[in-house]
Amino acid sequence: MFANFSLDFFIFGIMPYIALTVLIVGSIARYERDPFTWKSSSSQLLRRKQLIVGSVFFHVGIITVFFGHLVGLFTPVWILDALGIPYALKQWMAVLIGGIAGIVALIGATMLIHRRLTDARIRATSSFADIGIMVLIWLQLFIGLGTITLTVQHMDGVEMVHFMNWSQSVILLNLNAWLDVANVHWLYKAHIFLGLLITILFPFTRLVHMISGFAAPFRYLFRPGFQLVRSRRQDPLPRARNVVPAANRAVKPVANPAE
Amino acid sequence: MRIRAQIGMVLNLDKCIGCHTCSVTCKNVWTSRDGVEYAWFNNVETKPGLGYPTDWENQARWNGGWERTKAGKLQPKQGSKWRILANIFANPDLPEIDDYYEPFDFDHDHLKSAPEMAAFPTARPYSKITGERIEKIEKGPNWEEILGGEFAKRSGDYNFEGIEKQIYGEYENTFMMYLPRLCEHCLNPTCAASYPSGAIYKREEDGIVLIDQEKCRGWRMCVSGCPYKKVYYNWSTGKSEKCTLCYPRIESGNPTVCSETCVGRIRYLGVMLYDADKIESAANAYDEKDLYDAQLGVFLDPNDPVVIETARADGIPEDWIKAAQESPIWKMAMEWKVAFPLHPEYRTLPMVWYIPPLSPIQNAAEAGAIGTDAGMPDVRTLRIPVKYLANMLTAGDEAPVVNALERMLAMRSYMRSKTVEGVIDEGIAARVGLSGRVIEDMYKIMALADYEDRFVIPTTHREQVEEAYDLKGGCGFTDSNGCSTGISKGSLFGGSKKPLKMPSEVQ
Repeated sequence: MFANFSLDFFIFGIMPYIALTVLIVGSIARYERDPFTWKSSSSQLLRRKQLIVGSVFFHVGIITVFFGHLVGLFTPVWILDALGIPYALKQWMAVLIGGIAGIVALIGATMLIHRRLTDARIRATSSFADIGIMVLIWLQLFIGLGTITLTVQHMDGVEMVHFMNWSQSVILLNLNAWLDVANVHWLYKAHIFLGLLITILFPFTRLVHMISGFAAPFRYLFRPGFQLVRSRRQDPLPRARNVVPAANRAVKPVANPAE
Repeated sequence: MRIRAQIGMVLNLDKCIGCHTCSVTCKNVWTSRDGVEYAWFNNVETKPGLGYPTDWENQARWNGGWERTKAGKLQPKQGSKWRILANIFANPDLPEIDDYYEPFDFDHDHLKSAPEMAAFPTARPYSKITGERIEKIEKGPNWEEILGGEFAKRSGDYNFEGIEKQIYGEYENTFMMYLPRLCEHCLNPTCAASYPSGAIYKREEDGIVLIDQEKCRGWRMCVSGCPYKKVYYNWSTGKSEKCTLCYPRIESGNPTVCSETCVGRIRYLGVMLYDADKIESAANAYDEKDLYDAQLGVFLDPNDPVVIETARADGIPEDWIKAAQESPIWKMAMEWKVAFPLHPEYRTLPMVWYIPPLSPIQNAAEAGAIGTDAGMPDVRTLRIPVKYLANMLTAGDEAPVVNALERMLAMRSYMRSKTVEGVIDEGIAARVGLSGRVIEDMYKIMALADYEDRFVIPTTHREQVEEAYDLKGGCGFTDSNGCSTGISKGSLFGGSKKPLKMPSEVQ
C-alpha cells in the first residue's frame, strides 16, 4: 500500500491540510477553553535592554514578510497577466522587499534570541515553547534568506509561479498540488516544511498573540471615545425619563453650612 | 444628567502612622503569588521622597495620565490611539522591574540545614525571578522609610516644584509625612483608555475599575497609562493586575482589606453620586488649578430632590441613594472641604481622596517669632510647607489646602476649649466658616472615627446583575480556567494548573 509513498506527497500534499486544521481548530479551542493563556507574554518589564530595538525590528520585518508572502503567493496568476505585470518584475520586487524585510527581521530575531538565552531573568522565565518557537522562526528566516541566493540565479519568475500554483492549488483542494513543488531545490522545500511546522505549533505557543495583534487596532480605533464601562445588569436601564435635568434649573447652592 | 454611583475612599493623612498594616494585609490577600511579588496594590510611601516605583510622579518621564492638547482635546499623555498602537511592539514608557525593585526572598532553610561551621549561618537574599544570589539589595517597596537615604536623592520629589527646597535638607527644617497609595478608581481612568484590547473597564454600578484577565493580552499600555503606576504587569502570567477595591468584600457591604485593618482608622469608604455627562468637560478644564473645583462640580448632592429623582430613574437602588446621603466621603470632600484628590493635574478625576496632615509648628513660632492668628497658629508656619501639600493635592493651588488645615486646627481648638475648659466657643468655628454643630460632627467622624461612621457601604444588588440559580454549585472566585475540572495537570496551552492538594490516605 505504501510502495509508492512519497515524502514530498506527504509534506506538500497532506501536511498543509493538517497544518490548517490544527491552526484553525486549535486556535478556536484555545480561545474558547483557555482564554487566560492567550497573551503576548511580553518580557519587557523584566529587561528593557535589547528589547526595544530587537522587538521593533523583528516585528516590523516579519509582518512585512508575512504580508509579502500572503499577497505574493495567493494572488492568482491570471491577475498578474491581466495587469500585465511581468513575472520577472514581481520576482524582483519579492526579492528586494522580502530580502530587506527579512534581514531586518533576522537582526531583530537574533537580538531577541541572544537576550532570551543570555539574560538570566529572561532565561529563567522562558518556557521550552518560548525558546523553541523563537529558534524555529530564526531558522525559518535564515533559510528564507538563503533561498534568495538560489532565486537570483533564475530571475525569470518561473520558479516563483510554481510556488504560487502550489499554494493556490492547496487552497482549491487540488490533490495534485504537491507536484508543483516536487522538483524544486531542497532549500525551498525546507522553507515550506518549516513554515507548515510553525503553523501547526501556532495554537500551542505564544504566537496566538498575532491574532489579537491584528484585531487590536480594529477594536481600539473603532471604540467610540476612550472609556469603557461595563454593566452587569440583566435588564437595560429605562431610556425615557420624565425628569427635569438639574443642569437646566437654577443652580441650587450646595448644602454646605460652611458657605 | 446621567447619574452613576461610585464607591469612593478618603484617607486622613493627619492620622496615618505609617505602620504598613494596609500594605501587608493587602499583599497577603492579593499579591502573594508568582509574578506579582514586586507588586503592592497598596503601598505606603514616606514623603518627601521619590516613592514606589521610583519617581512615579514625574509624568515628563513616564507619560502617564491625560493631557490637554493645543487644540483643546483630551488625550492620553502617551499619545493618540495611533501612537499607542504604534508602540505595541515595545512600549517606550514602560517602567522596568528595577524601577520598582527586584523581588527577593531569603534562604531561610539555610539556617537549619547548614552544616556545623565556625560562624553562625545567615539567611542571604536571592532573587525571586532568577533564583540567583543577590549580594546587595538595592531597593525595596519602601526604600525611603522615615526619610531613608540622602536628601539630595529624595529631593527629586516632584512635589517640590516651585519650592526652594534646599532648606528642607537641613536637620532643623526637615519634615515628613506618609502617603498610603492604592488604585484611585478614577472617573476618567487612563489605564482603561490606553488599553487596546479593552480589557480594563469601569463597573457601572459601583465605579470599581477592573481588568478582565481573560481579555488582557499583555500589551502593557495600561501600566504606562496610569499616572499613579498602580497597574502592575504580572511577569509570570503575562497579564496586568491591579487593585480590585476588594470588590467581593465591597459587594457584600464590607470595607476593603486595607480599610478594615487600618490601625490608625484613617480610611473611609462611602458612596458618591456623580454626573457621568460632566466627566469629559471636567477632566478637560483649561487651567490645571481648576481641575479640583471641576471635579467637585461632577459630584451631585444626594439630598437634592431632583438628584434623588433622577438617580432613581437611572436605576440607582434606594439604599445606595440613602448611603450617598450618609456618605463620609461626601461630608469630607464636599461639605467640609477637607479632603482632596491626589494629583488632580493628571486629569483622571481620581476617587481616592486625602485629608492633608497637620504638622508641628516651627520652632520659630513657638518662640513667638511668628505671629499666631488670634490664638490659632498660622498654617503657613507648619513644618510641612503648604505649597508642598498643594502640589500634591490641588495642582499647586494653596488656598483650599490652607482652608482645610485651618478647619482641622479649629476643630482641635474648639474641642479643647469644650472638653478642657468647658467653654463652647462658636467664635473659633465661625472664623473658619463652620458652626459648632458641624465641628462636632467633624470631630465624631474624623477624630473618633467609629467603624459605622467610617464605612457606609451598601451591598450590591445581586438580583439585578446575576442569575443566582446559575451560581449554584459554582466555583466562586477563580483564577484562569473558570470552573474547569482540570482534565490534565499539564496544559496544552502553556498555562500551569495548580489543582487543590487533596488529603491522602494515611498508610
